[in-house]
Amino acid sequence: MKSKIGVTPEVELFFRPHLARIERIFPQVADHRLFQLRFADGAVSEAFQHTPGQFIELTVPGVGEAPISVSSPPTRPGVIEICVRKAGRVTSALFELQRGDQIAIRGPLGRGFPLETFRGHDLLLVAGGLGMAPLRSLLQTVLDERRAFGDLILMYGARNPDDILFKYELLGLMNRTDMKYLLSVDADEEGIWKQYVGVVTGLFKDVSLNPETTYCAMCGPPVMYRFVVQELLNRSVMPERIFLSLERMMQCGVGKCGHCAIGPYYCCTDGPVFSYSEIRDIKEAI
Amino acid sequence: MENKVFSKDEWLEGIKALQSEYKVFVPVKAGDFHKFVRLEEQTIPDLDYQNTRLSPKSLVYPESERMFEFSTDENDPDYNILKEAQKDFGPQAIIGLRPCDAHGFLIVKRNFDNPEYKDPWWVRRYEASTLVGLGCNEPCGTCFCSSVGGGPFDEEGLDVLLFDLEDQYLAKALTEKGSTLLAKLDGGSEASDKELSKAEEVKKAAQEKISSKVDTSKLADKDVLELFNAPFWEDLAFACINCGTCTFLCPTCWCFDIQDEVYQKIGDRIRNWDACMFPLFTLHGSGHNPRSEKFQRVRQRFMHKLKYYVDKYGNGVQCSGCGRCVQFCPVNIDIRHVIELMNSH
Repeated sequence: MKSKIGVTPEVELFFRPHLARIERIFPQVADHRLFQLRFADGAVSEAFQHTPGQFIELTVPGVGEAPISVSSPPTRPGVIEICVRKAGRVTSALFELQRGDQIAIRGPLGRGFPLETFRGHDLLLVAGGLGMAPLRSLLQTVLDERRAFGDLILMYGARNPDDILFKYELLGLMNRTDMKYLLSVDADEEGIWKQYVGVVTGLFKDVSLNPETTYCAMCGPPVMYRFVVQELLNRSVMPERIFLSLERMMQCGVGKCGHCAIGPYYCCTDGPVFSYSEIRDIKEAI
Repeated sequence: MENKVFSKDEWLEGIKALQSEYKVFVPVKAGDFHKFVRLEEQTIPDLDYQNTRLSPKSLVYPESERMFEFSTDENDPDYNILKEAQKDFGPQAIIGLRPCDAHGFLIVKRNFDNPEYKDPWWVRRYEASTLVGLGCNEPCGTCFCSSVGGGPFDEEGLDVLLFDLEDQYLAKALTEKGSTLLAKLDGGSEASDKELSKAEEVKKAAQEKISSKVDTSKLADKDVLELFNAPFWEDLAFACINCGTCTFLCPTCWCFDIQDEVYQKIGDRIRNWDACMFPLFTLHGSGHNPRSEKFQRVRQRFMHKLKYYVDKYGNGVQCSGCGRCVQFCPVNIDIRHVIELMNSH
């Protein structure tokens, strides 16, 4: 019997993960950690060139894969940072691992924020909760090439003062004169918070936006999108200038498995970053 | 391309001989139903059948497929490295599949074989397959292939089409692959004009026997939001038990789930068919579920097949009209009825 038994070269391109190691682990707030990862193979590391907003499929050996957004900027290559909340099976297993342990990575996957379009324009970044993780990649990219962009505003809403991710790193932005950093917490039971208490949309009262020159990039829970989008539309920002990162159960990451279907789109290949004009007619999207 | 005529005995002997060059799959009777099996010494092919209960999609896209294997033994030098599992991409011939199921492969191909990402395993197995279709002389009451761009003798997606002419088969080669397969068969003779015109008659008669028709041409012009918000989804979903039978039997449902399984220190990464009918399908690790309600999942299945797919590919609906989901749905949800609801909304 003649039959061709073998392996397919195409697999290398996108289904097979590459080994990497956990280089460092930084505890964040409760149940959140920042992991620094480095590919075992230098050539793989060099080939990994991402755009802010893209994600990886992270394999915890023997446990499975999970889609995780990249938190580090492409301007600082070599190490890949991911900010993870301990939630499901794979992330729980990840939290059991130590510095030096092996994991594996596929990616970068998906469509990130349109960095080239953003260049030369004003930027408003709006993050809610763990949505800060992918936006940190964009934020640091902009800060690393600060002169390539116009005015920069970051709005970040956390649940309470203890839940602020990248707290000290972001505190350093408060004194910068070349950007505005506005922070809100939903609730402050201990009465220690000196800044805004309330939902993130409340921060808009302190800013003026030029709808002609501003692009908005946001990441957070769906309820935040509904309110922030409305706020932006009220301020005459065009839907084409509003970009949102959506969260779905992206498994294959290459538009095959169907888990992340949103209307006619696959979140993993058409997104996870969409312009509001692309998804406003798809009710299920946000 | 040639047209050859074989007596039925000749044909069966012929396909047995193909085993030296192809993995040959044929329909056989198993209990009350038919299914495709690998042709072996003891196999009794039965081409006198309506259709298999399960579509032949698993012959190109296995229900469960090992993607990678790995070792979790720290003493293994390749510990934790995912290596592609060995697979057999040898030539295979699927004999006697119905034209609707060949149409099904073409629909699924749009998902698995696009320029951006070619699914390495689906594409290779599909390319290694020669599809020998058997026209439907007697379409069933649930067949509506002619409403979705097909027909009981539709040639699209097939390499050979067989016409059942009572005591003989007329085999019409449609592609290079099909000619190659036919050339390997002993016996047979060039079809005469009489046989060709008989085949045409059989085809015409079959087309007239399709009693079930539904208009799918209006779907493209419908407003997606209006359909999404239509009031009928909750009513429609009321009886659904989310069993997933429809997606399992469907030749055009392609979703899969990826899982890692470890036994002792040997691990496999496996993909298994999955279904949008199940709540776990969209569940995030965080506990959030964008489609937590049953009616949302029912709506997703039909909107995907009948609207999102239509808009995305601009080439018909994601349905081959085989009627399996209509026949086997335990609560009698009928996709033709759904199309009518969508048409009239």
